[in-house]
Amino acid sequence: MNSKKWRLNMPDKNYEPKIVAFFCNWCTYTASDLAGVSRLKYAPNVKVIRIMCSGRVDPQFILQAFASGADGVLIGGCHPGDCHYSEGNYKMLRRFRLLKRMLHSLGIDDERFRLEWISASEGEKVKTVINDMVEKLKVLGPLSIPKQINILDEELKEISEEHSEPLTAREELSHV
Amino acid sequence: MFNSNGNGTPKIGFYVCHCGHNIASMVDVEEVQKFASTLPGVVVSRDYKYMCSDPGQELIQKDIKELGLNRIVVASCSPLLHEHTFRVAAEKAGLNPYYFHMVNIRESVSWVHTDKLSATQKAKALTRAAIQRVFFHKPLEKKSVPVNPDVLIVGGGISGITAALTIANAGKHVYLVEREPTIGGHMAMFDKTFPTLDCAACILTPKMSAVKSHPNITLWTYSEVEKVEGFVGNYKVNIKRKPRYVIEELCVGCMECIDACIYKEAKYPDEFNQKLSKRKPIYIPFPQATPQVVLFDPETCIDFKSHRCKKTCIESCDRKAIDLKQVPEYKEINVGTVILTTGFKTYDAELSPQYGYGKYPNVYTSLEVERLVNASGPTAGEVVTKDGKKPKSVGIIHCVGSRDQKAHKWCSKVCCMYSLKLAHLIKEHTGAQVYNFYIDMRTPGKGYEEFYDKLMTEGVHFVRGRVSEVTDWALVPEEENKLTIRVEDTLIGVVRRVPVDMVVLAVGLEPRVDAGDIRRMFNISCSNEGWFLERHPKLAPVSTFTDGIFIAGACQGPKDIPDSVAQAGAAAAEVLSLISAGSIELEPNTASINEKFCSGCKSCIPICPYSAISFNDGTQKAVINEALCKGCGTCVAACPSGSIIQNLFEDDQIFSEIDGLLKFADIELEEMEAEHA
Repeated sequence: MNSKKWRLNMPDKNYEPKIVAFFCNWCTYTASDLAGVSRLKYAPNVKVIRIMCSGRVDPQFILQAFASGADGVLIGGCHPGDCHYSEGNYKMLRRFRLLKRMLHSLGIDDERFRLEWISASEGEKVKTVINDMVEKLKVLGPLSIPKQINILDEELKEISEEHSEPLTAREELSHV
Repeated sequence: MFNSNGNGTPKIGFYVCHCGHNIASMVDVEEVQKFASTLPGVVVSRDYKYMCSDPGQELIQKDIKELGLNRIVVASCSPLLHEHTFRVAAEKAGLNPYYFHMVNIRESVSWVHTDKLSATQKAKALTRAAIQRVFFHKPLEKKSVPVNPDVLIVGGGISGITAALTIANAGKHVYLVEREPTIGGHMAMFDKTFPTLDCAACILTPKMSAVKSHPNITLWTYSEVEKVEGFVGNYKVNIKRKPRYVIEELCVGCMECIDACIYKEAKYPDEFNQKLSKRKPIYIPFPQATPQVVLFDPETCIDFKSHRCKKTCIESCDRKAIDLKQVPEYKEINVGTVILTTGFKTYDAELSPQYGYGKYPNVYTSLEVERLVNASGPTAGEVVTKDGKKPKSVGIIHCVGSRDQKAHKWCSKVCCMYSLKLAHLIKEHTGAQVYNFYIDMRTPGKGYEEFYDKLMTEGVHFVRGRVSEVTDWALVPEEENKLTIRVEDTLIGVVRRVPVDMVVLAVGLEPRVDAGDIRRMFNISCSNEGWFLERHPKLAPVSTFTDGIFIAGACQGPKDIPDSVAQAGAAAAEVLSLISAGSIELEPNTASINEKFCSGCKSCIPICPYSAISFNDGTQKAVINEALCKGCGTCVAACPSGSIIQNLFEDDQIFSEIDGLLKFADIELEEMEAEHA
């Protein structure tokens, strides 16, 4: 167990952060297409899930992404006032503010969760935001929540050996 | 037989596209294909040169029929480009099109990354996410809505006029809304048009009167769109008709009232003539204004200020058309489609102070000179300086506000040509020496280069160099009482001082000041510069990202008259094709409530921007009106019990995507650890 803890904190020059992004169909996804058509080059760490509106991003998606091993989550939506569905991006902003506080209290650094307004014409911004986020996360190092959960599981197992049928943290999470 | 309803075990077909070298040069497609074949549920995994080609689509169709596939995943370009293509292909083979999912490995991977190994890894992760996702796909029914055949066109310049006439001639009803008191736009201000030197009025005014008299066109000038609601095929638009204080139906445009006005002399700046002449508080913008109806300017009319005018105008009107108590009229119309042709504005030359506009009276903008050379303009076609003399020499400065890091970076496209035209007209009217100061001459277009050649033989001078300054500070006697243009002639490599009597600034084109408001109202996008954004720069130049809203003319970017007319025709054709089809299919991505889990908390109800959710008091559950739902999914994310489902974006589908993206990360991690060990 101790060796694992040590491994977790070991700095790794080749570390590549894993970022899950949720881009809205109308602005940010279109902007990322524009970045592609314009052949702008950016870091390959961000993998995009397309949704119709940033308002569709359920807080559970973000928690699930972190729990499954994401080092960062990026959300891209239309600029305030520009939402294709009038106000979905405002709804996202509210959730973002609340969730950020919660993630902060869980020890997840602020840089790991980011909301950006990127309009359909801002291909350049897709590039700068992604590169910037990757740079920052490289400095922070891996988050590795699944591993931490495994470690916690083992600790729990040790503590609860006298108790019958201990729940693993992963099982507990699955009830969330 | 194959399983088309998706029940039973998913049998997934995976196809990865080379896209020639576009994808294959950066992503190891064979590796992706091999990787996909090992994933659970995948029955067949193939790579092919061009998946979107007919043979590519046939490959999928053959596999659906022969192997009984019931899920299709294609890794190629952006879903915004070819999702529809592959859905249709799947449908033709008897599979519900919504069992298809697309992986973007071109715009999101091969075109934006530089390392083949990490690009391939990313493509694999995205592939895995999609393959896990399609397990949860369900068959869906397309939603079809009727298209209202009425059309709204906003902006009555040459683009709006052309589009309106094309659609009206096809027998469809058009509402043409124009903010100014007359249609005609910028083209109505011009004297001649390049390169043929057709008289602008001669070719435009017949079209303007055709608009006015067309039975299928409702023309509302001096009106503005206030509110837009709805979606493709069914827009509800509110329009404000500003008061002219003249009853449009009664006025015949005899202009007796203008003569009868208590002001004997015109004393207020005439906007149509670029404030080079004066008008009265009651006026008509120009002789061929359409409609031929006078209007009052309440800012300057005495009666609006003091209520103590003798109202000679009212007395003079034997048709009793003047109504000083007129109030704004509000109209609500239902249309199926909209064309925006709101045009441009010219660059404010005072923002480039080195050219002295606003400081020296004989520095003009090109639009002002257009009015000066126009026979119906402020000087009846005489090109004269402010002191009434014919200029002996005129300097035309190109690229004012264009191709300038301090103003606009873009080329305004029309200035070189209109400067040539003005050079010709000024020379013709005054016989003056005309100097063109240009950075580059840009004259691509039919007959344009020939026009440039013609001007050179006419003895117009061309000096290559960006003008640094226009000044009245004379260094030599020849410069006394003249404006001196200081410029580096980059062809001969010397700094020159050219004294002239008149300076013309070829101001560039820029988006309208309120383009941002219009864009928000109609829910479309703008480019960084503020021009309306087209759906695709090459393949959908008049469509926008909002279905049923089209753009044409200079609101999309600087454009000359032929290009604007061509775009207007294209937009009209797009509109007519929607109307002809009669109905349009919408994405079935609407939300619905799973009543079993709905706790009746009502959290979703205030969140819906379209008021599509109501509460059923009987069952104590929320109900979504599918006809009103636009499929944003905001309510789905807000539901605390997870009882709202959005088609095509279900929770399970997105969770499996997240899992697929990151599970792959886990594998990489394990591999790395194994290496470390």
